Amino acid sequence: CDFSGNLQTAAMHMHISHTHTINLVAGSVVMAFEEVCPDRIDLIHKNYRKLCNLLVDVEEWGQVVIISMLTRYARTQFTSPWTEGAEFDENKAFYDSDSEEKKDQTEAKPYIMDPDHRLLLRNTKPLLQSRNTAVVMAVAQLYWHLAPKHEVSIVTKSLVRLLRSHREVQYIVLQNIATMSIQRKGMFEPFIKSFYVRSTDATHIKTLKLEILTNLANEANISTILREFQTYVKSQDKAFAAATIQAIGRCATNISEVTDTCLNGLVLLLSNRDETVVAESIVVIKKLLQTQPTQHGDIIKHMAKLFDSVTVPMARASILWLMGEYCEKVPKIAPDVLRKMAKTFTAEEDIVKLQTVNLAAKLYLTNSKQTKLLTQYILNLGKYDQNYDIRDRTRFIRQLIVPNEKSGALSKYARRILLAPKPAPVLESAFKDRDRYQLGTLSHSLNLKATGYQELPDWPAVAPDQSVRNVEIVEPSEEESSEDSEKTSSDSGKSSSGSEKSSSESESDQKKKKKTKKAPQKKSKPAGDRYTEIPAVCHSLKHCLIPQNDSKNPTFRTSGISLFYVSFQVTTSSFGPLKTYELLHHMTGKGLSAKYHFPRQPCLYQPSMVAVQVILNNSSDHALEEIHIGDRSPASLNIHCFNTIERLEPGASVTVSMGIDFSDSTQAANFQLCTKEDQFSVSIQPAVGELLMVSTMTEQDFCKEQGKLQGMNETSATITMATANASRQAINKQVLSVANVGEVPSSQNNFSRLIMKIVLKSTKVLLLAIQM
Amino acid sequence: MIHSLFLINHLGDIFLEKHWKSVISRSVCDYFFEAREKAVDPENVPPVLQTPHHYLISIYRGKLFFLSVIQTEVPPLFVIEFLHRVADTFQDYFGGCSESVISDNVVIVYELLEEMLDNGFPLATESNVLKEMIRPPNILRSVVNTLTGGSNVGETLPQGQLSNIPWRRAGVKYTNNEAYFDVTEEIDAIVDKSGTTVSAEIQGVIEACVKLSGMPDLTMSFMNPRLLDDVSFHPCVRFRRWESERILSFIPPDGNFTLMTYHISSQNLVAIPVYVKQSISFFEAGSCGRLDITIGPKQTMGKTVEDLKVTVHMPKAVLNANLTASQGNYTYDFTTKLLVWDIGKLNPQKLPNLRGSLSMQTGVPNPEENPSLNIDLKIQQLAISGLKVSRLDMYGETYKPFKGVKYVTKAGKFQVRT
Repeated sequence: CDFSGNLQTAAMHMHISHTHTINLVAGSVVMAFEEVCPDRIDLIHKNYRKLCNLLVDVEEWGQVVIISMLTRYARTQFTSPWTEGAEFDENKAFYDSDSEEKKDQTEAKPYIMDPDHRLLLRNTKPLLQSRNTAVVMAVAQLYWHLAPKHEVSIVTKSLVRLLRSHREVQYIVLQNIATMSIQRKGMFEPFIKSFYVRSTDATHIKTLKLEILTNLANEANISTILREFQTYVKSQDKAFAAATIQAIGRCATNISEVTDTCLNGLVLLLSNRDETVVAESIVVIKKLLQTQPTQHGDIIKHMAKLFDSVTVPMARASILWLMGEYCEKVPKIAPDVLRKMAKTFTAEEDIVKLQTVNLAAKLYLTNSKQTKLLTQYILNLGKYDQNYDIRDRTRFIRQLIVPNEKSGALSKYARRILLAPKPAPVLESAFKDRDRYQLGTLSHSLNLKATGYQELPDWPAVAPDQSVRNVEIVEPSEEESSEDSEKTSSDSGKSSSGSEKSSSESESDQKKKKKTKKAPQKKSKPAGDRYTEIPAVCHSLKHCLIPQNDSKNPTFRTSGISLFYVSFQVTTSSFGPLKTYELLHHMTGKGLSAKYHFPRQPCLYQPSMVAVQVILNNSSDHALEEIHIGDRSPASLNIHCFNTIERLEPGASVTVSMGIDFSDSTQAANFQLCTKEDQFSVSIQPAVGELLMVSTMTEQDFCKEQGKLQGMNETSATITMATANASRQAINKQVLSVANVGEVPSSQNNFSRLIMKIVLKSTKVLLLAIQM
Repeated sequence: MIHSLFLINHLGDIFLEKHWKSVISRSVCDYFFEAREKAVDPENVPPVLQTPHHYLISIYRGKLFFLSVIQTEVPPLFVIEFLHRVADTFQDYFGGCSESVISDNVVIVYELLEEMLDNGFPLATESNVLKEMIRPPNILRSVVNTLTGGSNVGETLPQGQLSNIPWRRAGVKYTNNEAYFDVTEEIDAIVDKSGTTVSAEIQGVIEACVKLSGMPDLTMSFMNPRLLDDVSFHPCVRFRRWESERILSFIPPDGNFTLMTYHISSQNLVAIPVYVKQSISFFEAGSCGRLDITIGPKQTMGKTVEDLKVTVHMPKAVLNANLTASQGNYTYDFTTKLLVWDIGKLNPQKLPNLRGSLSMQTGVPNPEENPSLNIDLKIQQLAISGLKVSRLDMYGETYKPFKGVKYVTKAGKFQVRT
């Protein structure tokens, strides 16, 4: 892709990460990034933490793309969590805690995980529970490539769960498990029964399950696995039966305890009626015999007897090879086999012919008296064969073994060349080398490098600068009260996504058409008054205008002056006078009861405080003494207390005023109301509307301010009301009942212009109601 | 990512194709047909294939192949999952996913594909969002569309897609507010010749049909949530609540959806509801065989076992079956070699039995392995794992909904080896 494309994506990437819709578009942005400039790791730094935190809320397809991008990113930015020596140590990985201590002791410099690395692991873990199999697989590969070895087993259960999914999903998941199980048996060993084959499975699924079972076999479970294999060998699916025999061979070589048992079992299979089974058994037995050739003359004899009935070329070739290799153990039989071969030589397959030539040569060297003529006959046949490989081999063998005047120095060593002890073949998994590809990729599935495959980078020896991921903090963000969103992006103060989430959630909660838009204001302002709570006001306004028992009342933060239109149509609504809330009931307060309301006056004590009036009432039968305010929480809570009331007679009541600094949040102020004998914990929960202050403004100023605002600072909502209540006064009254607003004198009748100010930050909020 | 999609029927005809980027010639499918030919059984076609310039990823659903063409590296599960989502959407819209159904609704199919994938990247895959944009077909609408020349495409953009709960439509209204939950558990088991359980696991799923107005916020709690140690959720479920309180808290999508699936693995003890006594033998002489199957209840928790059915995939040599069933009836299809014994309700007093002789092809060696039996069954009002929903509460709305929970246990891949 060209350079302009790069720039464009980069710009888009940076831009979008600052708007509130990030979790809707994050997937697409990362997708574009991956297509245009996947190697521009530097563009990810600033967005890394945000992406990690948002991951759970992003739509599922986006999650897959983001996870794979973050996997690559993490491999370039963090150091390896895999400590030396622990890499293939099963026990250490599996029986975690105590062995981990040991690990730490042995190491000179203990490994400390980068908090950002941990953040990624922690935030991806819940996604293992996704219904989308691609997401689960993406997380599994992330853990495989990034997590410390003892943590990888977290993904096991979820991967096993995927095996119940569609056939195609099973296929991919089993392939990945096969690769994993080679390196880490312990991960899947407890789930070995989940890999048992059913007769209804498709052939490629069966073969993969077999592969995994073989990988998982160890001394402890081999007997169970072999019993399973016995059932599979009898399967009607002959290709699968053949694969099972191969698997038995692998188990036999890997686990020396069962080699003899396996060999006996395989010999029994030689009398099987099906030819593929017999042929496969011969091939496997050949390999097994090679690993331990002592005292297996009987088996070789048995196989020689079978030679006439077996027609599969590979099996015939294997028998011939065995005869030749161990011709000294079967001195009588081998020449006879060669005699038979000489008869049918021309009709055999190439591979059998080659082995016949081999056998002839070996016998000529060991038993030339009996086989000299036979060998020469076969060599002559081979000389005129159609296949040039065979002609070639024949020529070579003839020069090597038959002494003549031209033969060079090599023929002296013919015996040592042909009858050299040969290393036993190693039977290993077909998935052995697949771990060079990143798990879950197309390349891994095909076992070849697909177009566009990006090699997973290796861990850097020294971690690059961590501070590149820091985002400058504009304002320490406070705890969000939004209900299920996690505490998000504390580092990105600009537009906290937690509030965004709940804003759009509550928006749909209300099933109302409402647009919430916010953006940092262009006009430079002092940092102090950037954050206001407009959407919340809007929210609570709607609460009162449409009666609804929604318990949620999230807090929001946004920046700049905001403006919102409320357009009225039809409705029902109730209007009450200044609302009084209960602070302390007389039953819990042992006779002392307290109520409070917000007088909506500027607080006398401090401008940042909200004025609260508390009415104390003594409904007990004795006088209460020394009523005052005790401990408060949080301790930093700034309250201007009322003076201690020395004595309150039974039945008497007194009104006191106090000031509370809510710091523009809807968090409750908790404090203790004390009398001489008792202490009662009470709390005042401010409604958003009470955190505002009336401001005054002329209509012209209002219009001017409105003109300065941009669309992004605006929130609008449509509210339906009864026509009876839809007059301007009625609307104003209703708005007034929830929020402390001031009316701007207006010349038009269907417009209500209201103005308010946030207490602490004195940012103005313009409210415009249009009747439609 | 996904370049093109071809729909191929079981005869190997391409009956629908859709290209999101550039057009790729149909000839790319030849590689697939080759593999299809080689695999004999359509189930055995490898899902991922490689051609010189493209990669083919296919799924097989309802006798149809969904074949997608890929040009660059992509997680194969991503494509497979998406293709299954497409098939699910067709199922949801048209009540089926066969060639005839797709051909009948070809316009809507193209509209759906256009919305679901944008330049090769999945866009709107939520059924609720799609239904707002493209209305599902019904007779009245198709009549009106034919007369007026209108289409099924909605005029407005769905509100849900831009919100944080893309799975729910806005402005849902019902006169009867109701929420039904079906807890279905399937037992996957392998029982060996002697009747011992080789492996057994339970796959559970909670399907919901929620028809509630407004924006209800539901919580569901279980009597014994400890049972569930491996679960996957619909995106609407709040995972944190589950982790901390073991409560399902969610704003449900409108209509039918799968709330959660869970898996109780073979490490746990799983009750097996029936036992099977069988003997199948083939005699060398006389080219015949004997078959005798009896089924009895094992751990049914006092409930009746219904819809009991035994399917046997006979070896090729079996020509015909001459059997008598003490209960229910049996069929033997000699072309597919499938013996099906439909029993119905299991009566514990009088155990159902099927016995008789099998006639074999002469001159063919006897099969060395006996065929395994696949069992189907159903137990109403029981979740075999013991899972129970204790309560369902609704917040956020004022009306009283009608709530119901139903339990069913079924046999999944229940196999008896003989």
